[in-house]
Amino acid sequence: MLHLLLATPFVAALIVALAHRAPRRVIGWLAAAAPLLGLALLVPFTGAVMDGQVPRAVVDWAPQIGLTLDVRLDGLAWMFAVLVLVIGVLVVMYARYYLSARDSAPRFFAFLLLFMGAMLGMVLAGNLLMMVVFWELTSISSFLLIGFWSYREDAREGARMALALTGGGGLALLGAVLLIGQVAGSYDLDVVLASGDLIRNSDLYPWILGLALLGIFTKSAQFPFHFWLPHAMAAPTPVSAYLHSATMVKAGVFLLARLYPVLAGTDMFFYVVSTVGAITLLVGAWQAIFQHDLKGLLAYSTISHLGLITLLFGLSTPLAVVAGLFHILNHATFKASLFMAAGIIDHETGTRDMRRLGNLRRYMPFTSALAIIAALAMAGVPLLNGFLSKEMFFAQALEIEGHETMRQLMTAAAVLAGMFGVAYSLRFVHDTFFGRGPRALEADPQEPPRWIKIPVEVLVVACLAVGIAPAWTVGPFLVTAARGVLGDALPSYSLAVWHGINMPLLMSLAGLLGGIALYFGLRRLFDIHAIVRESMGRRIFRINVERLYALANRFTKAIANGSVQRSLLLLVLAALVLALAPMLGEMELPARPVLTSLPLLAWVGWLILIVGTLATLAVHRDRLRAVIVIGSVGLMVSLTFVYMSAPDLALTQLLVEMVTISLFLLALNYLPRESLPARSSARRWRDGTIAIVTGGGLAALVYAMMTRPSQTIAWELLSRSLPEAYGSNVVNVILVDFRGFDTLGEITVFGLAGLIVHALLRRSRMAPEEKVAGPPMPLPMAADLSQLLFPLALVVSIYMFLRGHNSPGGGFIAGLVLVIPVLLQYIIQGMEAFERRLGLDYVRCIGIGLLAAAATGLAPLLMGLPFLTSGHVEPVLPLIGEVPLASAIGFDIGVYLTVFGAAMLILSTMGGIRPSLTRQAYRGPILRPNPAEFRGRRA
Amino acid sequence: MEFAFASAIGVLTAAGVYLLLRSRSFDVILGLTLLSYATNLLIFSSGRLVTGKPPVLRPGVDPILANFTDPLPQALVLTAIVISFAMTAVILVLAMRGRSDNRVDHVDGNEPKDRDR
Repeated sequence: MLHLLLATPFVAALIVALAHRAPRRVIGWLAAAAPLLGLALLVPFTGAVMDGQVPRAVVDWAPQIGLTLDVRLDGLAWMFAVLVLVIGVLVVMYARYYLSARDSAPRFFAFLLLFMGAMLGMVLAGNLLMMVVFWELTSISSFLLIGFWSYREDAREGARMALALTGGGGLALLGAVLLIGQVAGSYDLDVVLASGDLIRNSDLYPWILGLALLGIFTKSAQFPFHFWLPHAMAAPTPVSAYLHSATMVKAGVFLLARLYPVLAGTDMFFYVVSTVGAITLLVGAWQAIFQHDLKGLLAYSTISHLGLITLLFGLSTPLAVVAGLFHILNHATFKASLFMAAGIIDHETGTRDMRRLGNLRRYMPFTSALAIIAALAMAGVPLLNGFLSKEMFFAQALEIEGHETMRQLMTAAAVLAGMFGVAYSLRFVHDTFFGRGPRALEADPQEPPRWIKIPVEVLVVACLAVGIAPAWTVGPFLVTAARGVLGDALPSYSLAVWHGINMPLLMSLAGLLGGIALYFGLRRLFDIHAIVRESMGRRIFRINVERLYALANRFTKAIANGSVQRSLLLLVLAALVLALAPMLGEMELPARPVLTSLPLLAWVGWLILIVGTLATLAVHRDRLRAVIVIGSVGLMVSLTFVYMSAPDLALTQLLVEMVTISLFLLALNYLPRESLPARSSARRWRDGTIAIVTGGGLAALVYAMMTRPSQTIAWELLSRSLPEAYGSNVVNVILVDFRGFDTLGEITVFGLAGLIVHALLRRSRMAPEEKVAGPPMPLPMAADLSQLLFPLALVVSIYMFLRGHNSPGGGFIAGLVLVIPVLLQYIIQGMEAFERRLGLDYVRCIGIGLLAAAATGLAPLLMGLPFLTSGHVEPVLPLIGEVPLASAIGFDIGVYLTVFGAAMLILSTMGGIRPSLTRQAYRGPILRPNPAEFRGRRA
Repeated sequence: MEFAFASAIGVLTAAGVYLLLRSRSFDVILGLTLLSYATNLLIFSSGRLVTGKPPVLRPGVDPILANFTDPLPQALVLTAIVISFAMTAVILVLAMRGRSDNRVDHVDGNEPKDRDR
């Protein structure tokens, strides 16, 4: 049930996104259905939560790291869930009429619902890691929402800024949560909340607090991270109304409330949180006075109110916490309605600039009345909800104990903030609805449609109801939420409008009068309309982003300037350093290694290999000779495998050697015969030194490894091969069974390589390096003989394949064995004639092979066994007798087909390149291209 | 035997790295081929050098390490050989296309200025 509550917005987002062809009305209803359903699901739990119970539902997600999908509905979560869902319904309704015909409604509502779900997941999380996951999801979905009008530069910038700051904060929060998990031993919220003392006394506490506050302050736009919020105003107004009243920015203060039992109670917490809160409160409120954009003013006011809430939590008394929670509710109500009203004004007049607005009460009296009431609530005028929580704040500021200076400072800040709040609220009301104007509008403003006003009406009525009869309306809410933070030890407080004449009331009065005086005084002294403030934070942010890009560019250019040669050099050097560094420290050879002797014949092989390698090096510029010499090296490598008990490897190496040499020869047709000499002798010396150090280092490493005792799992592979995989060739069993999944990946790579070659050469035309005049040369080998050999080789290939599971052979080898006779046929009959007669589609061959391998692997899944489990049958066939068959042979068929298909695809495409239409051949050594000719060719 | 093996890998690597750092595409491919020989032998040697005991089980012989060599590095090397063949094919084709499209066979795709040569 609780999980259903969490899933509802996500499912609805998916439905809305998929139903994008539905009419807008339907989409609006679908989107509204999600929060309504969520509220309905919340109803059955309400009684229990109000009684102090904590309904909970847990499902494992990634239990290895302590991450569970844990929905936990305590009082705080309940209050926030109601807030998110109720304001969500109103915003959906408002947006339904706000969005213009050009905006994509499905996209908007899908993002909005996604955000709603993320927010819900965050407040309902009973596991800190889960909370971080949803916290990140709110950052991402708010990025999508803020940047909804993605064609606008300011929307993109605002979205980027919000993502960079809140995403960075999320990272810090993750750090804090991991540390908390380390100290408390669990990410379970119950455990964490119960281990407050443990965490506060831990050495890691300053780190935990710092990182958590970084996350909270960035999300809740606290000074000095506040500047992203005004830029997020580029979002459509319903988004602002939702994100910046009830949800996104409240996520930070929610977390502050959530972790309050764990983090609060130290001097560090008190000073840092209340100071930052107070600065934000004052800076936000002061700046709000000088905004000309309606939404800008509201944005700075939001910053200021968030500062107030942070400050209240910072004061760390139970009553202050209650006041903070109360203000969260109040602020959500009046700010959402104000944003909506600003959106209506924008819609009707075409501008949000207060310098052009004015006297709107004449044109849209009803909307004006609503907005004025909400603005008065924002100012904290009695009989409205903002007044009550502000009173509580004043009372708390006066009652700070034990920090005399702090008490005075906070009291002063409280009165000042009260004044500023009244001043900007007054500016909002006076500049928009009274005075002269409006100026230079495109259309005559009038009352908006009925439906768009309903959400505003609901919210304003709530402001009034709470303001007039707080104990009846908001009382139960607040008790429930406070119990979620403070536990059962609730402070006694009275929610009443009239407490008699006391200090807080006098402070309110002073704020009210001071605010009025300040506003009209400022108007008289300066021309407020002419003051233009540039956002400092934005400039710093921009400069830093640009610097970061420049740095990244410089770094990239330094290590990869487009030259492959240079990159390879750096790669080799990096590998060298990484490998040498640990070797220099503790390289000790065993005192008396157990060495085995080598017979004379093997030394001869060794000599051939060394000489062959050096000869390759010596003649490498003469390419044809180099290919022939390197063949001898490959041959010696395969002989090594023969000698060292690796028959499968020897066979594979030998076959690959043959095919590779043919590839080299085919390629040489299109490459220059000779390499140009290396650039300079200094460079040759440098490369030679690097090469010798690398080779020497690797030789030492190999020697050190081989003279140590080996630790291997070979015994397990050997003993399980026959009973579990029914094969006695253990290498093949490993390939097609034990590590079959790897092999599947490897043949996929092999198939892809074939396709890449095909794709690169299929349509290209190339001129060979040299064109030999005259008719084709006669073959030095009798064509008839190879005709005879062809079926024989086919039989050998199949034989190699069939015996592979028990003797040397198998799919890889058989596939390559098949390549050679086919290649021979290509040479003898000519490509076109052969392909006409045999007509194999190699691309399809690769596909069938991969499918066969995958299908064999998947088949055991149908029987409930793990991927690639082997089965075994021994059918008795007439004449032949008993044939042992392991199911892995199906997999091997896949390997066989893929290897054959890809190898043939590579060879046939390389052999079948069509001649260039424009030139017969390149000739001689390559010279520097003539730039003029080059340009012409490109064009 | 260990010395011969280690020195062979060392020589193959040194030659491979030297060729890898050349400027012509074909030289680099030759270098890569030598390097892949060296790498395959290196992986192979992690199973230690054993003669005359191929990992093919025979009836009547206990499937224990004393009677057979380590099959795991062999399986790894087997796929490595096949894959390095595929990669050789791909870079050869890249070299061919580079030569045909850019008219040079320098790995950087264009001929460096004379003073850098």
